[in-house]
Amino acid sequence: MRKQLKRFAKLTALSSLLVLSACGGNQAAGDKEGQSGGGAVKADIGVISYISGPGAAYGEAITNGLKLAQEEINSKGEVEINLVIEDSAGKQDQALTAAQKLMNSENVTGIIGPTLSTEMNVVGPEADLNGVPIMGTSTTAEGIPQIGDYVFRNSLPEALAIPAAIDKAIEKYDAKKVAILYGNDDVFTKSGFDTMKKAAEEKGLEILTIETFQKGQSDYNAQLTKIKGLNPDLILASALYNEGAVIMDQARKMGIDVPFVGGNGFNSPEVINIAGDAANGLIVATPWYGEKEDEKVQDFVSKYEEEYSKKPDQFAAQAYDALYIMAEALKNAGEADRDALRDALAEVQGFNGILGEFSFDEEGDVVMDPTVLVIEDGAFKVFE
Amino acid sequence: MLIEQLINGITLGSIYAIVALGFTLVFGVLGIINMAHGEIFMFGAFIGVVVTATFKGPLWLAFLAAILVTAAMGYMLERFALRPLRSKQGVSHLAPLISTIGVSILLENLSHHLFGPGNHPFRASFAEISFQIGSITIYLVQIVIFVISVLLMYALSFWLGKTKAGKALRATAENLETASLLGVDVKRTITMTVIIASAMGGIAGILVGMAFNSVTPQMGLSIGLKGLAIIILGGMGNVKGAMAGGLILGLAETFVVVYGNSGYKDAIAFVAIIVILLIRPQGLFGQKISA
Repeated sequence: MRKQLKRFAKLTALSSLLVLSACGGNQAAGDKEGQSGGGAVKADIGVISYISGPGAAYGEAITNGLKLAQEEINSKGEVEINLVIEDSAGKQDQALTAAQKLMNSENVTGIIGPTLSTEMNVVGPEADLNGVPIMGTSTTAEGIPQIGDYVFRNSLPEALAIPAAIDKAIEKYDAKKVAILYGNDDVFTKSGFDTMKKAAEEKGLEILTIETFQKGQSDYNAQLTKIKGLNPDLILASALYNEGAVIMDQARKMGIDVPFVGGNGFNSPEVINIAGDAANGLIVATPWYGEKEDEKVQDFVSKYEEEYSKKPDQFAAQAYDALYIMAEALKNAGEADRDALRDALAEVQGFNGILGEFSFDEEGDVVMDPTVLVIEDGAFKVFE
Repeated sequence: MLIEQLINGITLGSIYAIVALGFTLVFGVLGIINMAHGEIFMFGAFIGVVVTATFKGPLWLAFLAAILVTAAMGYMLERFALRPLRSKQGVSHLAPLISTIGVSILLENLSHHLFGPGNHPFRASFAEISFQIGSITIYLVQIVIFVISVLLMYALSFWLGKTKAGKALRATAENLETASLLGVDVKRTITMTVIIASAMGGIAGILVGMAFNSVTPQMGLSIGLKGLAIIILGGMGNVKGAMAGGLILGLAETFVVVYGNSGYKDAIAFVAIIVILLIRPQGLFGQKISA
């Protein structure tokens, strides 16, 4: 037993950067060292993020948010979190390999990530099977927390956000006819499209046309010219901000001046950076509003800007809150144990983070009120 | 509306054509499919963004810088990725292809580190100039793109057909050793070809940046594959074929959206390849190669 323990310690020392964090490994040997060390709960939290490839901007924001939260949490001394970060490159197979590595060789207590809903669809069941609590911070597609008891998310699902945005837009502009545009090679934008179509049908809107595009496309003129000819009152666009911003830029150049309603992926200050004035008139519902007059929010924004010299987007904010939720649950669990963490997570109610008041429902899904925003004069404002 | 779509199609097609011209030039001389061409094109676009957006330089400087940088990249590509393979005995004919794939991966990741992920806007006031004919808005950029592509095609045809350097190039394409025996500086000819092809990629990159206001590290891949499709369509190594193939593809993609389903936009290029390979394997303008 002793020899085994020794070997374990050696292994963890090799594989993880911090010897301090060896509690995960020891726990497997039946020892709960997580509680020792001056009362702080020490835990390894695995992170699977989209760090390289076309969506690397998301991974960057997410890991930035996590690191900021980690610093703050560890300095408070109640919980000591060590992040073990792995790259999924936005690919399902790589995300799964990373997850297996984290669960089996790194022995993490919980996992944050992966970034995409497509990745979560393969990683979630695996984590659930191994009994490792996993929390998505950006997985907004339908059915994610329903994968299993150990799967959570703190990202506002599209099914809540999109109808809220569409409602407000109809009210304000008295919209009757809409055109829908979506990326058809991504589960996330496709799921957003399904939600949009359903919401539009429920509201009795006339859908003039449904156009598609692919990730990384640069020319949208053909689709937009077609939409322009149909004269919609609103354009519903399920796109990630990289494509979405270019779409708006080309649409405005072409003389399409109707408002756009976007999903979660469209909601980023980068839209304004990329599209400039063309971004005016984008309506999104969001859990994250950086201009909110709230001490916590402003604190986070200024710290983030100081550290990374750019404004945090919702991906950074959601990741930041996610680690705080993890820390809260670890504190309540009192030890770095996977099952105890799961139970403590499920009990999180009325957590007050930078996204507002947050609770998990019985399935591990999000309960919160989205804010509807619109871009006006180059800035996000509350849409009324 | 139809005319606007026609303009969209021609703009897109002209860009495809310029990319394909670079492809076809390298293939015609070296018999190599240069998979790094798309990434060199992407670098050209990024140089444009850096000059106009970061340093607020004028547009002509952006063009000049992009041409210089991509030409230098072309030289390095030839010097370090292609030439070492050419002189060796027993190197598989697939080796240069794999080598260029390696360069393309390197360049994509390099640009990722240099310029960062995500979309970079191309802010050039020139790209905003437009005029109105009836209800149709035409951007000056769209016309410039078309004119440049036609000019490049003619310049290239003239250069290949009528000048001494072009003759040397064709001789090299015919047979490397014989040309060398007859006094053609083969090394120089090949290097020059790759440099010219790369510089054309750089020009295309800036044009795309201006027309669509979208520059990302990943844009090289899809345009590279389209370029490949076009030279198969038009005939490998054929200049007029590249031009015609590009325009056909650009128009076809646009009109698939107009009359059909935009989901099939990207499929059209590859359906065209299959059909062409079945009916006319040498491509629209290609000559039959007797084995």
